[in-house]
Amino acid sequence: MHIDLQTVSIKPLRHTFDNIARRIGADKPATRYQEGTLDMQQTANFHYRPTWDPDHDIYDASRSAIKMADWYAFKDPRQFYYGAYTLARAKQQDTAEANFDFVESRGMAANLPESVRDTVLKLLIPLRHVAWGSNMNNAAICAYGYGTGFSQPHIFHSMDQLGIAQYITRVGLLLGSVEVLDDAKKSWVEDDTWQGLRRLVEDSMVVQDPFELFVVQNVVLDGLLYPLVYETIIDDVLSAQGGTSVAMLTQFMTDWFAETKKWADATVKIAAAESAENKEILAKWIGEWRDRAAAALLPVARIALGDRTDELMGEVVQQFNARMTKAGVAV
Amino acid sequence: MDMQVAKKKLGLKERYAVMTRGLDWTPSYQKMEDIYPYMAYEGIKIHDWDKWEDPFRLTMDAYWKYQSEKERKLYSVLDAYIQSNGHLNVTDARYLNTVKLFVSGISPLEYVAHRGFAHAGRQFPGPGPRVACLMQSLDEIRHAQTQIHAVSNYNKYYNGMHDFHHAHDRVWFLSVPKSFFDDAITAGPFEFMVAIGFSFEYVLTNLLFVPFVSGAAYNGDMGTMTFGFSAQSDEARHMTLGLEVIKFILQQDPANVPIVQRWIDKWTWRGYRVLTLVAMMMDYMLPKRTMSWKEAWEVYFEQNGGALFKDLARYGITIPKCTEHIALEKDHLSHQAWGTFYNYAAATNFHTWMPDADEMEWLSAKYPESYDKYYRPRMEFWREEAAKGNRFYNKTLPMLCQTCQIPLVFTEPGDPTKICYREVDYKEDKYHFCSDHCKKIFEDEPEKYVQAWMPVHQIYQGNCFPEGTDPTVEGFDPLAAVMKYYHLEFGRDNLDFEGSEDQKNFAEWRGQATKNA
Ligand SMILES: [Fe+2]
Ligand SMILES: [Fe+2]
Repeated sequence: MHIDLQTVSIKPLRHTFDNIARRIGADKPATRYQEGTLDMQQTANFHYRPTWDPDHDIYDASRSAIKMADWYAFKDPRQFYYGAYTLARAKQQDTAEANFDFVESRGMAANLPESVRDTVLKLLIPLRHVAWGSNMNNAAICAYGYGTGFSQPHIFHSMDQLGIAQYITRVGLLLGSVEVLDDAKKSWVEDDTWQGLRRLVEDSMVVQDPFELFVVQNVVLDGLLYPLVYETIIDDVLSAQGGTSVAMLTQFMTDWFAETKKWADATVKIAAAESAENKEILAKWIGEWRDRAAAALLPVARIALGDRTDELMGEVVQQFNARMTKAGVAV
Repeated sequence: MDMQVAKKKLGLKERYAVMTRGLDWTPSYQKMEDIYPYMAYEGIKIHDWDKWEDPFRLTMDAYWKYQSEKERKLYSVLDAYIQSNGHLNVTDARYLNTVKLFVSGISPLEYVAHRGFAHAGRQFPGPGPRVACLMQSLDEIRHAQTQIHAVSNYNKYYNGMHDFHHAHDRVWFLSVPKSFFDDAITAGPFEFMVAIGFSFEYVLTNLLFVPFVSGAAYNGDMGTMTFGFSAQSDEARHMTLGLEVIKFILQQDPANVPIVQRWIDKWTWRGYRVLTLVAMMMDYMLPKRTMSWKEAWEVYFEQNGGALFKDLARYGITIPKCTEHIALEKDHLSHQAWGTFYNYAAATNFHTWMPDADEMEWLSAKYPESYDKYYRPRMEFWREEAAKGNRFYNKTLPMLCQTCQIPLVFTEPGDPTKICYREVDYKEDKYHFCSDHCKKIFEDEPEKYVQAWMPVHQIYQGNCFPEGTDPTVEGFDPLAAVMKYYHLEFGRDNLDFEGSEDQKNFAEWRGQATKNA
């Protein structure tokens, strides 16, 4: 039997869980992001130390040099919990699918100017390995970071980067075949052009501090790579050479970066605002890794930019510095 | 489509391979053992990660599309359920205690699974298992969140769930599920996969998830039922991953077989002990029963699990020996557990009660060998005493098993009149166990299990009182202090269902809907 109870008006005993009420300052209705995020990670009375890391608790804030009085100070401006996240990505995926269909059905890939096609194969396709490295690094940040406010966005980011690696793979398959992917991997592993970047990616994989890894991967490397490759090279330079269809195929990445950098900035800002010590550590990490990443990206940028490489790379670095200054870390 | 295009299309398997494995490369600037530092210490030998067979082939674009459709449906059903005060449609208010048990005991484990699979997904050098693990990590945060979102509305109207995260880390019996998952995530990545991916997801999930979800369906709880059904296709993926992991490890090297066998033995028993909570839920807490615990064990383990272990025999794996013990316990487990919770209902976040006459009939029919002989007399006694105003609450703290952390309340296998005790001397101390199996698990890794945060010991050591408590003052009430430490409100969250606020409110609210004021 089903009784229609819509007409019954009853007074709730409380409006949210106690932990949420403590955090938002009152017993009032909370959002699904809040109820799905705040205090999700266990904090007390762990039974055993990890056999793989006996110096730390299962979740342990001391894995990072960044110190926070409360790790739930980190809030995702996108308010992504799983449901909101998948809905957002599915929408972008619809657009991406439509773009791939559009390019494919009009045979636009076959009609790309030879020089543009060549640049895409040499420059874009090897980047699937960089995205794969990021998938791995973000998994590490999710696994070893402290507090769900900080760790949760990283599983989304990790899977986004896998998605990006797969979109790049599809571009490769659209422009050529599996050999295109094999050639790109060969360049990634052997060509001088790519070795600085590959070294940087491999070095990032052994960074132990989860917050430093966030800085290396999501703030610095992506903060230079995306504006350089997707905004400067593909959307501007290649489009001007008759490669607008390439920009359609990478629209997901452009939109994704515009969205995720707001979260990355917010995260840097909150950590930096916490203390002078944090700010100092962040400035050191950002400065050092920026110099390394900019140097590693230079030969890659040269594939597409030739003579204008130094000038445009300089602009990208300048924009990045301005972004960090705005987030509270002058570099 | 012309032939030119058709020729270029890759088969599903090849396409998936370039989308995942093709992304990987062999590092040369850093050593493999520095990038993947946890691969050797468990003793598992993997010679060729490429032999991994992808159990499902889901690229991210398809994942987002498919999962978002499920989310859209799930949340629209949930919103409608909340909007229409659907909670007043549950069979009776006793059912709500199942929800309390679920959100404080199980949902936090979904979260640990999420972090554990992120860890495993980072650590395996093989791209195939890494991607599968990371996808599961993402699914598991979904499970934790959809469960909490479904329970959120119950929390607004009923007691016991208002601070469930806090409770999970502290309340005595919640250390049973908590220590289970803490044990798994602190094990190496291979053992974690055998513990959770195989033993838990593949072998035992039908005994955990299915009873809660079908219990919800039988009892009119659309919210829980909806997230349960929505999670089913995720679970199907997780189960195939769990099975593939075990086959892969076993095929890689014969030296892996005894290690894996020990883990399967351990985790089947560990998991089974956690299922004690499910057993009593099925036999006592659901106003409308689905099937008995014993029937569930027979169908889902003895039949289905039996077939699985037959299949694994070709790798040299045998069915865990503990299953003989479990078979002897199946007539007793739920009754002994419910008796214990009835005793300790002053220190729980849910209500207990004695079954009524009809329910006792059901129990007799389902447990002809044991119920009338051993359990009905004591339950009738407790019921009569309660009717006379002597509802019994046990205020003496029990001895706990060092491994599973359940009080020593289970009886000797084959003799339901004698409590089963085992002990081990290790270094300076004596440790107690509920069974030979928990004892063996301890003896295999004593340095791990001596670390356990034992709720009863912690209470006696004074670690479970609110900060600033002085236990030496006159009239100090330790139970009241412990309840404060648990953030549980005495008289509202605990004690018998009879006379509880939940009972009164539910009756009144349902009355508004079905009667004229
Ligand atoms: Fe799950
Ligand atoms: Fe035990």
